[in-house]
Parts: sequence; structure tokens; C-alpha cells
Amino acid sequence: MSTTEAPAPPEAPTEDAALPIRKTPTRKRLVPYWLLLPGILWLVVFFAAPLVYQASTSLQTGSLEEGFKLTWHFATYWDALAEYWPQFVRSVGYAAIATVLCLLLGYPLAYLIAFKAGRWRNLVMILVIAPFFTSFLIRTLAWKTILADGGPVVGALNALHILDVTSALGITEGHRVLATPLAVVCGLTYNFLPFMVLPLYTSLERIDPRLHEAAGDLYARPATTFRRVTFPLSMPGVVAGTLLTFIPAAGDYINAELLGSTDQKMIGNVIQSQFLRVLDYPTAAALSFILMAAILAMVTIYIRKSGTEDLV
Amino acid sequence: MTTTSTPQSSGGDVRLHRISKTYGSFTAVHPLDLTIPAGSFFALLGASGCGKTTTLRMIAGLEEPTTGTVELAGRDVTALPPYKRQVNTVFQNYALFPHLDIYENVAFGLRRRGIKSVKKQVEEMLDLVQLGPMARRKPQQLSGGQQQRVAVARALINHPEVLLLDEPLGALDLKLRRQMQLELKRIQTEVGITFVHVTHDQEEAMTMADTVAVMNGGRVEQLGAPAELYENPATTFVANFLGTSNLIEAEVTEAGGTELVLTAGGATLRLPTRRCSTPARKGEKVLAGFRPEKVVLAHADDAAAIPEGHNRMAGRVKIASFIGVSTQYVVDVPGVGELSVYEQNIGRDGRLVPGADIVLHWEPEHTFGLDADQSLLAGTVGDAGADLDEEAA
Repeated sequence: MSTTEAPAPPEAPTEDAALPIRKTPTRKRLVPYWLLLPGILWLVVFFAAPLVYQASTSLQTGSLEEGFKLTWHFATYWDALAEYWPQFVRSVGYAAIATVLCLLLGYPLAYLIAFKAGRWRNLVMILVIAPFFTSFLIRTLAWKTILADGGPVVGALNALHILDVTSALGITEGHRVLATPLAVVCGLTYNFLPFMVLPLYTSLERIDPRLHEAAGDLYARPATTFRRVTFPLSMPGVVAGTLLTFIPAAGDYINAELLGSTDQKMIGNVIQSQFLRVLDYPTAAALSFILMAAILAMVTIYIRKSGTEDLV
Repeated sequence: MTTTSTPQSSGGDVRLHRISKTYGSFTAVHPLDLTIPAGSFFALLGASGCGKTTTLRMIAGLEEPTTGTVELAGRDVTALPPYKRQVNTVFQNYALFPHLDIYENVAFGLRRRGIKSVKKQVEEMLDLVQLGPMARRKPQQLSGGQQQRVAVARALINHPEVLLLDEPLGALDLKLRRQMQLELKRIQTEVGITFVHVTHDQEEAMTMADTVAVMNGGRVEQLGAPAELYENPATTFVANFLGTSNLIEAEVTEAGGTELVLTAGGATLRLPTRRCSTPARKGEKVLAGFRPEKVVLAHADDAAAIPEGHNRMAGRVKIASFIGVSTQYVVDVPGVGELSVYEQNIGRDGRLVPGADIVLHWEPEHTFGLDADQSLLAGTVGDAGADLDEEAA
């Protein structure tokens, strides 16, 4: 590519000479498209093509032995939805709870880094990003050990009778944490927390600290300043963070697989087992499409409602 | 609070008592006593880093004083957070809330104090600053001058005891700055609130304020009415920072009477004793100062026509720059150095060109005396002189 671009410089002087014919050189007009090309190629090969292939798979019938044929069998969608709607609801529920928890944990953290950390700011940022240095799978497995039945966490929760309360609420069972909704939601929250903190930090850090002073000067107490000035101005970060948390969390299956039991199966687990164990490719493909459509619909409504386009 | 004679005054006295601020080993403000009378337009003037903004922020409650107290309208507010002080600030870059429109920006303070019906007040205030039609725009859709007026309206609507202005015109271009100076002065006269104005622009301070405190290195160098400061500077810093001064080191040859007699570079100068801010004894050194516009240039051939009793010095024109309303000369006086002279352009003398021998003379009354124990150049590093030049042009 660089060799074909090399002759470009000799053309520049002709443009500087301001010839009467105002013609942008073709080469120059094409530059944006050349820059787009690698990305577009990537998307076509690894996103658009698989999507089409998956769409066609979802409308096929047959079996692995006899082979699958495209029969435009739309009923697969209704059957899949009818059978697996509880997992859909559970996925959305777990993801929503994890997102809210991420926001509650991540906002104070991001606020602290942006406004109070001072010279510790970079260190804290590294600590936030540090988990990415190890694999997602390993980190989730580590939680399995942390929440193990005989482990110190469960021991402490038992001693404090917290598990009695959570079991009464139905989020744990008996005297254990593993294989309960609590474990899965904890895992999701932990794994996606950095995706909440980073955009929140970015939008908080952009807020001019003098706006806080101005609010205080105009009779707003610190809590009011937060509610009326800081939080509204951090909305772009809140929206970005919740999307970056909710979308992957809703499709996740690792946490439910490693930290949950059959009663905590999420839609990701169903898709995974349909593809890899049951080998019912059409159902798995249909479920994937339903999940995508559902997330797309929810995200669209959410962005409309939060009105981020109105914010700076 | 003492009732003042200003009829519609709603402002209160500001009293700073031994107030100081240190950051680690750096002292931003040395212990300072200052009383700002209710209803006055008070300017804190100084170069950047002189402690003027820190002083202002301590009055606002945005900065906690290291020592001393702040009193507003007779009440000690030192321990109160900003949101409990009847003080509002116009911030340097306005600090308007970008997510709120102009109307809501202006209504912010009223709403925080639980006032429900803000419509009438907000509209009146927007009319006062001539921004009525802009009410539903966002701050970033407004020009710098308009944003500045929103910032003033947002602060004033709360009827504070004191309005603090932190370099409010710094971001505006020269022409708009002049216009806003008059505008702010008009508003201050109209509402009668005490204004405390921080600026590095000596001309801005002199145009707007009733009283100016010149700050330097965390201390108030001199305080007084603009004309008083200009005519009778007490230090070389004030003499150089407010306008331009010619300062000459001179020896006292005669003292005791109503006039001091000095010698400098072979010339004999007279200085009224009451205009000398330092006790001068025979044989000691003082700094003799005079303003460039008080001096008259005469061609050497016309020296005989110079009135009797004037201070006079012979020299040679080095630079002559025509500025429009005036011509500014740099004159080289042997044994003294370079002096500035501003001449009104009334019947210009064509002979006064660079290289011409001249005699400069001025009335002894226009000479002031300063303690010789200070730097001649204090206060010249900033752009104080440049600002005056801009005005002349």
C-alpha cells in the first residue's frame, strides 16, 4: 500500500498553484474510503457474513446426521421462546441487578478517582484495570474458591447470620453461596465493574471543578450540588457504563456456568448447550437472534429515555 | 450592620481581620486587615500571584483562611461554608452550568433557597442584563460577553450582601471589556450592592472602583481612591503598576522647609515636602517621581521661555512615537537615564525628532518623593504600562 501511495507528493504543488479548474484530486477524495476499508473488510468477514449465516441456520431444519436444509422454518423462533423464556427473563434480571450494583459500587469509586484521589489517581486507575491482566475465566474460577462452602467468606456470613436473611429472601439456599443467584450476580458485578468505572470516570473527570464551587456559592449544599450539577453532567458516563455492563452481562454464561447451578442458567448457557451439546443449531441460532433483538430494543428505549443527546 | 447613607443599599460591610493564607511554606496572603464599606465598589488590584484571588475566595468561603476572621455585615462568617454565606461570586470563566439553560442558570440560587415562584425575578434580572430573549438558550450558544452577563445575573438575583467578581472581564476582548466595565458600574449603582472586584488591569480598577487596594506579594501596598493612588503613590510598585512613572534617584541638598531641594544628574529639582512619603534629611537619597504626561518638552533653543520655578532637565530625544491623541517620547538625560514624556498633540513642534536637544520641565507640585530603599523597577514587569497605551490608542 505504501508503495502505491508514494507518488502522491508531486501532485501537491499543482493544487497549491490554484488552477482555474477547482478539481479535488480523485486520490484525495478516496482517502477516507481507503482508511475505512480495513475496518469494513473486518466487519464483513467477521460480523456481517456470520450474521447472515446464523440467520440462515436459524431457519433450517434437520439434524446433524441428516444434514440441515433451509426450509424457512420460522416456528423455531416461537418454540425457542416458548421453551426458554424463563432463562431470558433471568438473564435480563441478573444483568439488570448486576448493572445497578456496578453503578452503586462504581460511581463512588469513579468520583473518588476523579475528584479526590490527587496524586494517587493513576495508581487507583491501574488497580481498576489490573484484573484485565488475567483471564476472565481464571478470575471467575477464583471466585469459586472465594465463595466455596467451607471458605472464610461463607463462614463469616454464616456467623453473622447474613445467609439466614438472604436465604429467606430467596437469593441463597441454606448455608451456602455457590450455586445460588447471589453468587452469579456477584460474579457478574465483579467481572463488569471496570466497564462501569472507566466511562464514569471519564465523564466525571471532564466536569470543571469550578462548577461545584459555583453551585456551593449559589446556596447548594454538597448533596444538592451532586444531584443538580455533578450527576446530570455525568449522565453520558452513566449511560455508557450501564450499556457496557448490561449488554455483555445479559449474554454472559461463564458466571452462571461456574458459580451457579441448573437453577441459575442464563440464556447464554442455553445457547451454548444447544450449540455444543444438543447440537440443535437452528434453535441456538434463533435464541441468539432473539437475545440480540431484545437487547437492541431495550438499549434503544433506554437511550431515548435518558435523553443523552441533550447533554454536552 | 451600620446603616449607610446610600438609599437603596442592601449591602453590608466586609471586614477582614488579620486574615492570612499559607500553602505549605508559601504564604499567599500575609495577615491582612481590610474594611470594605457597604455599597462601595472595591477593587483588589495586582499582578497574578499577588494574593488578590485568594483573598476574594476567602470572603466567598471557597478557601479557608489560615488565620484571621471574615465578617459580613457585622457577623463572623469565617466558619460558614459558601452555601451559608450571603455572598455570590462571578467566576473568572463564568462557570455557568452547561446542562441548564440561561433561565435555569439564573434561577439556580433562588431555587436552592426554596423560592417557588422565580419567574418574575428571573425575567426582571434577564432584562437588567439585556438577555431576555436568550432565556432558553444553553450557555455554550452565547457569546463571551453574553455569558459574562449571565454570570452577573445569576449572582445578583440572590441580592447578596456582597458580590465578588474574580477577573470577570479577563476573557473578553478590549472593546467589549470597556463596554462591560461601564455596564457593571451602571448595575452596581442601580442595585447598590457592595462589589469586590479582583483584577490585574489597573485601568479597569481605576475606571470602576471607588476604592482600590493595590496588592503585591500577598500584602496590600496602598489603598485609596483611584486618583489618590495615581497622584500620590506610596511605593515604587504602585507608582509603576498604576500607569507609568519616571523615577529618579536624587540626593537631598536642602530640607526643612515646605520644599525639598534635590540634585539628580546635575539638575536641581524641587519637591513639596508634603508630597514626599518618606522623611528626608539633608544628604540622604530619595526617589523623585513624576508622571510622563505632566512633563512639557521644549526645544533647547526655547529654553529661555520656560517658566521660572519649574523643574528642568536637559536631554536628547531618543524615540518619538505618534499614538494619535498623544506623542510618546523617550528622552535620554545624561547622568539620569531614559525618561518617558507624553505630549498632547496640540501644535506639535516639528523640531522634536529623535536626536534633537531638548529641555523637559514640569511644575514642582507634580513631583512626588519615595523611599530610596526600594527597587526602581517594582511593578513594571507586568503589563500595566501596556494597558495605558492601549487606552491612548
